[in-house]
Amino acid sequence: MAIAGAILSRLLKAAITLLAIAILNFFLVHAAPGDPAAVLAGEAGAADEQMIADLRAQFGLDQPFYVQLARYVGNIVTLDLGYSFRQGQPVLELILERLPATLILTLTAFWISLVAGVALGVAASARVGKFTDTLITGTALLFYATPLYWAALMAVLVFSVQLGWLPGFGYETVGSGFGGLARALDILKHLILPALTLGLFFMAVYMRMTRASMLEVAQQDFVKTARAKGLNPATIRRRHILRNALLPVVTLAGLQAGQLVGGAVLTETVFAWPGIGRLMFESLAARDYNTILGVFLVSAAMVIVFNILTDLVYRLIDPRIGHKA
Amino acid sequence: MSVLKISDLSIALPKGADRDHAVSQCSYEIGAGEILCVVGESGSGKSMTANALMGLLPEGVRVDHGTAEFGGKDILRVSEAEQRALRGDRIAMIFQEPMTALNPLMRIGDQIAEVYEAHGRHRPAERREKALELIREVQLPDPEKIIRAYPFQLSGGQRQRAMIAMALALEPELLIADEPTTALDVTTQAQILKLILDLREKHGMAVMFITHDFGVVAEIADRVIVMRYGEIVERGTATEVLENPQHDYTRRLLDAIPTGMVPQSVEVAKAPALEIRHLKKTYNTGGGLFREARAVRAIDDVSLTISRGEVLGLVGESGSGKSTLGRAVVRLVTPDSGSVMVGGTDMAALNDRELRAARHKVQMVFQDPYASLNPRHRVMRALTDGPIAKGVPKAQARDRARELMETVGLGADAVDRFPHEFSGGQRQRIGIARALAMDPELIIADEAVSALDVSIQAQVLDLLRDLRQRFDLSILFITHDLRVAAQLCDRIAVMQRGKLVEIGPVSEVFLNPQHDYTRTLLDAVPGGGWGQAAE
Repeated sequence: MAIAGAILSRLLKAAITLLAIAILNFFLVHAAPGDPAAVLAGEAGAADEQMIADLRAQFGLDQPFYVQLARYVGNIVTLDLGYSFRQGQPVLELILERLPATLILTLTAFWISLVAGVALGVAASARVGKFTDTLITGTALLFYATPLYWAALMAVLVFSVQLGWLPGFGYETVGSGFGGLARALDILKHLILPALTLGLFFMAVYMRMTRASMLEVAQQDFVKTARAKGLNPATIRRRHILRNALLPVVTLAGLQAGQLVGGAVLTETVFAWPGIGRLMFESLAARDYNTILGVFLVSAAMVIVFNILTDLVYRLIDPRIGHKA
Repeated sequence: MSVLKISDLSIALPKGADRDHAVSQCSYEIGAGEILCVVGESGSGKSMTANALMGLLPEGVRVDHGTAEFGGKDILRVSEAEQRALRGDRIAMIFQEPMTALNPLMRIGDQIAEVYEAHGRHRPAERREKALELIREVQLPDPEKIIRAYPFQLSGGQRQRAMIAMALALEPELLIADEPTTALDVTTQAQILKLILDLREKHGMAVMFITHDFGVVAEIADRVIVMRYGEIVERGTATEVLENPQHDYTRRLLDAIPTGMVPQSVEVAKAPALEIRHLKKTYNTGGGLFREARAVRAIDDVSLTISRGEVLGLVGESGSGKSTLGRAVVRLVTPDSGSVMVGGTDMAALNDRELRAARHKVQMVFQDPYASLNPRHRVMRALTDGPIAKGVPKAQARDRARELMETVGLGADAVDRFPHEFSGGQRQRIGIARALAMDPELIIADEAVSALDVSIQAQVLDLLRDLRQRFDLSILFITHDLRVAAQLCDRIAVMQRGKLVEIGPVSEVFLNPQHDYTRTLLDAVPGGGWGQAAE
């Protein structure tokens, strides 16, 4: 009951936020010098005044400002994100085509980093100051300090070029004609290197966070109570320390989850992964305004969705939330 | 027949500690069904022995000599696994802070049932039944609800009952209670002490009761051990130690306890330093497990006056609204209606800018001397920031700071030190100097001595008494401890659930209380009977 109400109020706020972002985006793009008509005309080669004016009329760019804004907002509400003149495709179609590839990549990386990071953090905290701890902390620091693009290039060089174990780029083998399970396996093979590369950095962050949080919680009074009950150390660690230590990790994971759509530009570029990140990169270079606006909006929507999800997870873990005034 | 026999126990502290041994060469026994009180101030090593018995010594601290015989074995020398098997089963422990001693994310019932799980007793369904029985035995209300409740839904006293339920789960032969009532209200404390006495009667367990409070000792102890710097300085039956203390230190501790002795009120000038008229403040709280969403009247139409040079004690249990009242006077809380007149200014009616200009009129001394000073600022800065913001020239403020440190007995040179270089009592002196630096019309001391050891408490009270005479201070002294209030205050105001139920000269309120609630509070003071008998 309380949770349903909380979700409802969050969704309402989310819709308002999203609208505000859309309007802000609109102003942002209009503040940039030049307009799409000029860009398009420029790309078409010789552009005369008449052609630019025609294009303006065609896209409604000759209309007063507020009319354009109203039309834009109206379009968004009906999920019409406009047409990419550059790619010759409606923007929504374009984004929906690219979204699965990005989500597969970033979600995989997200889970790898979260699960491995927490597991390593717990392991390090259990043997704090010993060799295992030093090894884990040191390795994590290395991952943390390595620039993503460099790690990506090295991974391609070693595992793909030298060893030939895994494909170095692309989403699937082009023209293989695979279907069903074979295709899934093929995508999985392509997925491993980019997902690992992308996940390493955040794995290091989660590991450090979990370790610090575990050590802090271990000092608290209720852990002493648990020991005084005669519980064995493994149970204490799992049931009493870990659950409490996860709270800050969840906060951080929620923040990272918001970046799932837009945060993989570099990785997608290095591994030629046909995702949203690359779409945005290409659109920026080509001044494909409609597409840029569309990607912005979808990323923003994702951030909001993951924020709501994080809040829900938080409620599940911590009974105190939702009870207090 | 003794349950536990400690012989020649020494516990070594890590290198660099303030002394070599937390406990040195202590020997004592606890018999079945006996309550032994181990008394001492913080740092006396009284808790370390308990931790050693439980195998819960902190990192770096170790037993380096002596034995503790329990059930035919030296439990200080058994393996970790054997120790674990003893913990929670044959020896159980309850702790000081009920607010933090329970896992905030686990239901009370699960935390109790966990004790059975740890020792492999009963099937899961039976464990729940057993937990329910225990919850009933420690007299928690509405057991079916409590078992599913989370700690944050329980009050401090209820949490301590839940802790006791856990400790009792496997009917231990020895219960170690480490200051279990220190963090509780006086009436709650009385209930918990009674519960422990009842349970001792029923289960015949031995109790090692660690406390710093001789009032509690008088209430509960069969035998007493007094510890100082890790050594036993006095031992005997409760009557012997309380009525005929042999060691100087014991005598000092006993003297430091405010007893039923009531000072005569000082005649004070009529000019009011504080006038509160019909003050109201209501909080709207969300629903909890045991309450619907409701409005709590923290201050319910309170009117009172403090004359210039008068000390008014404001007493009540937690939740009575006494702290909210103090905060409303400083305008840390904005009241809903009513007026707070300080030196002709209505603090309740000022806007933000006016308030900043008037803030210096009322100064506060807080409860926690450790948390109320910025650890990265030298004392000089703590004492001069306020006056300089008020417009006092820098040089003058600095001179005044030195003078004040002299006044509170710390010496002018101490201004260049950082807060961590001082003890708790010294920090509270700095807190007082900080308040004085603003030349306030009124000082509000919110539980200002509650966190201090009893002998330090006495010193700080002496200081306040002295300052009040020298500077004609007006003080609103908020406390839950009636014995402390009696020592310092001219008049006492008693609050219950936001209402002022009784106010009058200290002797009147103590010797001839008019309101039922005041009588309840007075009856609940531990060792009350003994205090009067000693007069």
